[in-house]
Amino acid sequence: MLLRHTPAEVADRKALAINPAKTCQPVGAMYAALGIHGCLPHSHGSQGCCAYHRSALTRHYKEPVSAATSSFTEGASVFGGQANLLQAINNIFTVYEPEVIAVHTTCLSETIGDDLNQIFEKARREGKVPEGCTLVGAPTPSYVGSHVTGFSNMVKAMAQLAEPSGKKNGKVNIIPGWVEPADMAEIKRLAALVGVPVTVFPDTSGVLDTPLTGEYKMFPDGGVTVMELKASGDAIGTLALGEWCSADAARWLDAKCKVPCTVLDMPFGLAATDRFIDVLRTVAGVTVPEAVAVERGQLVDLISDMHQYLYGKRVALWGDPDQLIAMCEFLVSLDMQPVYVVTGTPGKKFEERIQNICADRPFEVKVRAKADMFLMHQWIKNEPVDLLIGNSYGKYIARDEDIPLLRWGFPILDRQGHQYFPTVGYRGGLRLLEKMLDLFLERKDRDDPETTFELVL
Amino acid sequence: MAKTSKAVRFDPADIKEELLKKYPPKVARKRAKQIMINEAQESETPPEIVANVRTIPGIITMRGCTYAGCKGVIMGPTRDILNITHGPIGCGFYSWLTRRNQTDAGETGENYMTYCFSTDMQDQDIIFGGEKKLTAAIQEAYDLFHPKGICIFATCPVGLIGDDIHAVARKMKEKLGDCNVFAFSCEGYKGVSQSAGHHIANNQVFTHLVGENQTPPEGEYKINLLGEYNIGGDGFEIDRVLRKCGITNIATFSGNSTYAQFASAQHADLSAVMCHRSINYVADMLETKYGIPWIKVNFIGAEATAKSLRKIGQYFGDKALLDRIEAVIAEEMPEVLAVAADVKTRTQGKTAMLFVGGSRAHHYNELFQEMGMKTLSAGYEFGHRDDYEGREVIPHLTVDADSRNIEEIEVEPDEKLFRARKTPEEIKALEDAGYTFKHYDGLNADMDKGSIIIDDLNQYEAEKLVELLKPDIFCAGIKEKFSIQKLGVPMKQLHSYDSGGPYAGFKGAINFYKEIDRLVNSRVWSYLKAPWQENPELTATFVWE
Repeated sequence: MLLRHTPAEVADRKALAINPAKTCQPVGAMYAALGIHGCLPHSHGSQGCCAYHRSALTRHYKEPVSAATSSFTEGASVFGGQANLLQAINNIFTVYEPEVIAVHTTCLSETIGDDLNQIFEKARREGKVPEGCTLVGAPTPSYVGSHVTGFSNMVKAMAQLAEPSGKKNGKVNIIPGWVEPADMAEIKRLAALVGVPVTVFPDTSGVLDTPLTGEYKMFPDGGVTVMELKASGDAIGTLALGEWCSADAARWLDAKCKVPCTVLDMPFGLAATDRFIDVLRTVAGVTVPEAVAVERGQLVDLISDMHQYLYGKRVALWGDPDQLIAMCEFLVSLDMQPVYVVTGTPGKKFEERIQNICADRPFEVKVRAKADMFLMHQWIKNEPVDLLIGNSYGKYIARDEDIPLLRWGFPILDRQGHQYFPTVGYRGGLRLLEKMLDLFLERKDRDDPETTFELVL
Repeated sequence: MAKTSKAVRFDPADIKEELLKKYPPKVARKRAKQIMINEAQESETPPEIVANVRTIPGIITMRGCTYAGCKGVIMGPTRDILNITHGPIGCGFYSWLTRRNQTDAGETGENYMTYCFSTDMQDQDIIFGGEKKLTAAIQEAYDLFHPKGICIFATCPVGLIGDDIHAVARKMKEKLGDCNVFAFSCEGYKGVSQSAGHHIANNQVFTHLVGENQTPPEGEYKINLLGEYNIGGDGFEIDRVLRKCGITNIATFSGNSTYAQFASAQHADLSAVMCHRSINYVADMLETKYGIPWIKVNFIGAEATAKSLRKIGQYFGDKALLDRIEAVIAEEMPEVLAVAADVKTRTQGKTAMLFVGGSRAHHYNELFQEMGMKTLSAGYEFGHRDDYEGREVIPHLTVDADSRNIEEIEVEPDEKLFRARKTPEEIKALEDAGYTFKHYDGLNADMDKGSIIIDDLNQYEAEKLVELLKPDIFCAGIKEKFSIQKLGVPMKQLHSYDSGGPYAGFKGAINFYKEIDRLVNSRVWSYLKAPWQENPELTATFVWE
């Protein structure tokens, strides 16, 4: 037993987090920054943060993740980190030649009160920023929010680069939220299929899924360009996918640049994808082509074909709010039962949304924000489930309790494919179903007695 | 086969110049002192290397932080101590890596390695102080798990706001009664690398744990194994070999370790030091306080393992033990040599680069030598000068502000427990016979003349080195792995072993030979160019008839 000390009896905890269902802001900011073309993320604090975040992202994406750090020592912690950041900016532009440096803060630099904008100003005044290069900054103290908040803050900083010219450019901004590079590519494919010119930001496709050629590009071809971000203020509208990840940036563009925004759920599963396509065609004023309807119909077809294996299955899931909301809706639409839902990320509306999605269904959902996986495991010990959906850290529960695990979310440290095969859109829905069915049917094949062991399922 | 073996010819001075060319002048001056050409070994004044100095802001370093060294490296592999990270959630989450420090707690034993405990500090805790929350967290952990020991780790903001974690630990230890609670001031900004964290952790283990268990453990030829972390099961293999020889390992610091092992370490008669960097000071303290002499050993490499076993045997000087050690070596070596002979036909003459840890780069050099491979360039992420140049330089090391922050504890012979294991005459007799106590020559001594030694290598230099020297394999950590592989060179992680291992001892050597053979001879590296990219002009001359 790997989690042998976890008791079934749930005791209230006020101070101790055990097996968290979240991590800290900067890793989200670093991931978002990688979705800017020619950008080197920079962690303003001591070097351990940067090492941890690079390791976490590398282990998940199996790709190089370059990022620099201000490498604070005790002196910088006492006297402020300005000297370190100025030196870092100079060194980075000289040695690595990025087009953009995206700086995020850490617990340390936030607590001592370093002001990024003031330091950026000084760096520009002192000529440390080459012509045509950009500095972006986001505050990401780790004692506020979670990695999701950090992602959102960096995306908002990207939106703040907008320089509206007063003339609309006919494009739609799509803020996809914290999804895989393959998901960002899939969102672009769907938009192209519908015939809408879009700016997707951040966009890690072409950055964290690069080919092996014998050449290492520190700044790969992908990512949204600063020019495109500047032009995002001229878009005819913004679709923000995910209240937690994307809404802040979209609302800022709406308020400051008069780019009307719609905040939608992330397009995981049938209904959320339907709404995404529907809003996209409305904003852009286009007709949805038949090809999209065919993809949709294929997903509906598979749901109907395999309904008997999905119906009534109890699921425990953990992860990030935007993903969980969409996934719960998808599960409910399959007549499955998301009975335990946990996120470490704070947000009052989360529990309410999940309750609403599961309302009037023949099961009760236990949902908790700012909670941890230890609590969820205790719930499972009291009444088990048929499926776990979440990141790799769930494999301990999966093994101890003998429950299949669908790896989905961040981080996935022990399986491949998530970076290449999207789970958004109708095709993503097919893939999620395929993976779920594989788990259920493998389990059935393993557990069925020889007398009822079936060839055709 | 991807590449044929090749004789690499290069002028190290040119390489060094090339590495420094792009830096701003100040950075270039500093890095120049950390890049050393290993060529003056025979002269009286070997070249110095600058090590254990601050990382340059903005330069993409391979290093981690003090917290990572303390919580992750030293305390992480102890299964029955419950580790609480006091701070915001991130640090605790990232150090939740569990099974690369393998352990076997049996059916009923305690094991907290698979859990992650944190006080998950919020902004109000930063503003008003986190001591209350920490106190409550310790109580909750105790009520849920009743562990033997609880350790507290400070993260960056904890040091800044001034939470007195040691006072909280003392108070809770007293209150709980049957649980040892102690704390580590291992904020990430302290020191210049994870090495500072090792030091802080070891000092506290020595102060709060070693010597607690008064009952001597059973067994003959008792040793402590210092600086072995059981990555990928290394410690299991070393323990297997030691047991086979009849040697009793009292405590491993700290792979697959337990509370009771640390508490009994003073009962050993010899300390065998693997990772000199992480723990040489503990070996010194064990000697001063309890009278346990120490020797440097290395169980990475089959020859090195045999040599280290003989060295341990010679210390005890007992013929029965020496014979048994020879019998074990004779039994284990044939399989090792058979695999080496086979592998060598494909690895002989190939080249490697090693940038890892604060002793590992040195240890793994042995394994590459056994395969007939040559290390072109090597260095440490968090080594100090003595790890490169040998212990002789220790008296000459300057203590800068960053090192002064790390507590050096002074110990004296323990009134009750000190017992000299050998008389001065016995020590002298051993030394006269060529035996070396508390001796370490460092990495440079084992590196070829003209090889390039680089301290705190960074991403830019790594990429340049690989481009210029085209090694057949590069060894470092996860952050470096994929940028090196994009260049078409296999990269082996030597912190986590890419989920492989063990690589220590005899069976470990066999694993490593096979793994490196697989990597340097993998066909995948020949697929990097598509046929139409290799010979593009053919497309124009192709005519269908």
